[in-house]
Amino acid sequence: MTATTSPRPAGLKPEDRGPQRRAGTGGIRRGEAASGWLFTAPVLIILGVFLVIPVIMALWVSFSDWGGRGSPFSSDVHFVGLKNYSTILNGGGLAESDFGTALKNNVWYVIFVVPLQTALSLVLALLVNRALLRGRGFFRTAYYFPSVTSSVAITVLWLFLFSTTGTVNQVLAWMGIKGPNWFNEPSGLIQDGLSAVGVQNGPAFLTQNSFLGVSFWDWLGGPSVAMFAFIVMAIFTTSGTFMLLFVAALQNLSPDIDEAAMMDGASAWKRFWRVTLPQLRPTLFTVLTLGLIGCWQVFDQIYTGTQGNPAKTTLTPAYLSYQSAFQNQAWGQGAAIAFILFVIIVAFTLLQRWILRDKKVSRRRQRAYSVETAARAKGVAR
Amino acid sequence: MTTSNAAILTTAGGGTTDAGHPSKPQRRRLTGKALAARIVLYAVLIAIAAVYIYPFLIQVATSFKTDPDAASNAASLLPQTWTIAAYEKLFVNSDFPLWFKNSVIVTVFVTIGRVFFDSLAGYALARLHFRGRSVVFAALIAVMSVPMVVLLIPKFLVINTLGIYDSYTGMILPLLVDAAGVFIMKNFFESIPVSVEEQARIDGAGTFRVFWSVVLPMATPALITIVILSFQGSWNELSHFIISTQSPQLTTLTKGVASLASGQLSAGTQYPLKLAAAAIMTIPVAVMFFIFQRRIMNTSEGAVKE
Repeated sequence: MTATTSPRPAGLKPEDRGPQRRAGTGGIRRGEAASGWLFTAPVLIILGVFLVIPVIMALWVSFSDWGGRGSPFSSDVHFVGLKNYSTILNGGGLAESDFGTALKNNVWYVIFVVPLQTALSLVLALLVNRALLRGRGFFRTAYYFPSVTSSVAITVLWLFLFSTTGTVNQVLAWMGIKGPNWFNEPSGLIQDGLSAVGVQNGPAFLTQNSFLGVSFWDWLGGPSVAMFAFIVMAIFTTSGTFMLLFVAALQNLSPDIDEAAMMDGASAWKRFWRVTLPQLRPTLFTVLTLGLIGCWQVFDQIYTGTQGNPAKTTLTPAYLSYQSAFQNQAWGQGAAIAFILFVIIVAFTLLQRWILRDKKVSRRRQRAYSVETAARAKGVAR
Repeated sequence: MTTSNAAILTTAGGGTTDAGHPSKPQRRRLTGKALAARIVLYAVLIAIAAVYIYPFLIQVATSFKTDPDAASNAASLLPQTWTIAAYEKLFVNSDFPLWFKNSVIVTVFVTIGRVFFDSLAGYALARLHFRGRSVVFAALIAVMSVPMVVLLIPKFLVINTLGIYDSYTGMILPLLVDAAGVFIMKNFFESIPVSVEEQARIDGAGTFRVFWSVVLPMATPALITIVILSFQGSWNELSHFIISTQSPQLTTLTKGVASLASGQLSAGTQYPLKLAAAAIMTIPVAVMFFIFQRRIMNTSEGAVKE
C-alpha cells in the first residue's frame, strides 16, 4: 500500500470522532475509504452471509410449504401465507398444543430463573465485595467457575446429580427426605403442592378453558419437577457471571453517599435498600434483561438432557423449533416458531432500551434539580 | 477457623475499612459484635463456595468410580475402588479422541480468525474515516441483538445452499467473526492515543502496516479478551455443530458428549464414563480460565489493598 502521493482534499467530515481535527493532514488520510471497507469486509461478508441472508431465507420458509428437500426457492415450493403461523397459534392440533406447552414451560422457567439468579448474584456480589475479605479471589473464582464450563458438560453432570440414586437424592436421604426421580417426573410443582393439601382436580372453569391448546389449569401448574432441575442448573451457571457485573458496578459507586448515610445513623439494611440499590439500577436492569433474553434461548440443556421429556414438560420453543424442522421435517412450522421466539426476545430487548432511556432522562433531571426530584421521585415511582 | 478469623479481625482493626469515619472508641466497642459478624460472613461464604465446587469434585470423583459404586455412593468424594476404566474406554474404545481433535481444530481456527478479523474491523471502525462507517457500526449493533437459537434453521438453510454442509468449512466459517468482538476491539482502539500511529503514517507506513505493526501490539489486553471469549465460545458451542454436520467424522466434543448423555437417560448406567467425558471437556476451558483469571475477574482488583 502506498500512501505517499497526491494529498487528498480534506473533504472528510469534521464531526468525525476523535480529537484529530486537523486541516493539513490530507496525505495521511489517503486511501482510507478503501482500507476502511477492506478491513471491515470479512466481518460484513460473513455476518451478511450467515446472519442476514439466513434470516431472510427463513422468513420465506416460514411462509412456504418447503419440506426440507431441494432448494427452498425451487418452483415446487409454494407460498402458503400465514398457514404455518396459524397452525401453531390456533390450528387446534398437536402443533398448537406443543407450542402452547413449550411456551408454558418456558414462561415458568423465566418466572423462576430470572428473579432468583438476579437476587443470588446480587447477594454474592455484596458478600464478595467487602473491602477486608480474606480469600476474596478464591470466593469469586469458586462462584464464577460454573459459568465458564460448557452447557453440555454441566447438563451431563446434572443428569447424574439429579438421577434417582444421584447425589441430590442421597443428600436428601440423609435429611430423611425421599427425593423424586427428578428428570422423569412430569408433575407440576404447584399442582404437586395443591394435591398435597387434597386438591386433585382444578375447578371446571380452569380445566375446561384453554389457551394455545393447553388448559388454564395446566398453565397454572408450575414447572415440572424435571424443569425445576434445569431451573436450579440455570441459576447455578449464570449467577457467577451476573455477580461479576454487580461487583464491577459496586466498585464504581462512590463511598461518599454510603458514608453520609452511615453518619446519619442509617442501618446497614436501610443503607442497602435506600442508598446502594437505587444506584445499582442500571446494572439491575442489564442483568434482568440479559437474564430474560438468555432464558428464552434454552436449547443446549434440553438437547443434551431430556429432549423435552418427560411428557413434554421440558420442551422449550427453541427446542421445539429445532425438533419440528430437523426431526419432523415441518420446516415451515419450525421457522415460524423461531420467528415468534424472535419477536418475544426483541420485545424484551426493546423493553430494556425503553426503561434505560427513561432512566437517563431522570438522571439528567436529577442533576439539575436534585432536591426537587428526590422529593418528587417518591410520588412518581411507578 | 477461629485463629484465621482472629487474624482477619486484627487486620480489620488496623485497616481502613469504612474510611475511618466511626470514631476509634466506637470501633473498639464493636469488636465482639464484629467478630461474630465476621465469623457468620465467612461461614456463609464458605458454605456457598462448597455448594458451587462440590458438584465438580463429585464429577471428578465419580469418573474414577465403578458403575455400581457411582450408583450407590453418589455423594461420596472417594471411590471405594479407584478405577480408570472410564478413561480407558473413552480413549481406547470410543470416538472420543476424534471428537477432541475436531473441537481443537475448530477452536484454533475460530480463535485465530476472530482475533484477526475482529481487530481489523474494530480498527477500521475506530480510526479509519470512510463513508458508511456509521451505517456499518449500526448494522453490527443490530446484528448483535439477534438471538442465536433463532438462527438454527436459517443457518442450516444457507450452509446447505452453499454446499458446505458437513465440512470443516461449514463448521468454522460462520463462527469466524463475531459482532461483539468487533465492538470490544473498536472501544479499545478508541482508547489508544492517535499520536503514535500518526508518526508511523508520516514515516510512510501504509494503513495495514500501521495497524499490524504499531496498533495491534498495543492492543494486547483487548486481544486477550477476544481470545478468551472466542476460545470459550467455540469450545462450548453446540447448536451450530448440530445444524452444520451429521457425519461421525466431524463430531465435536460437545456434540459427542451430548449424544453420550442422551443415549440412555433412564438406564442410569455408565455415569463414570459420561462424567469422565464431561470432566475432560471442561479441562481446557478451566486451564484457560485459571491462566487469565486476573483478566477475567479484573473488576478493578488493584483498587483495594490486600
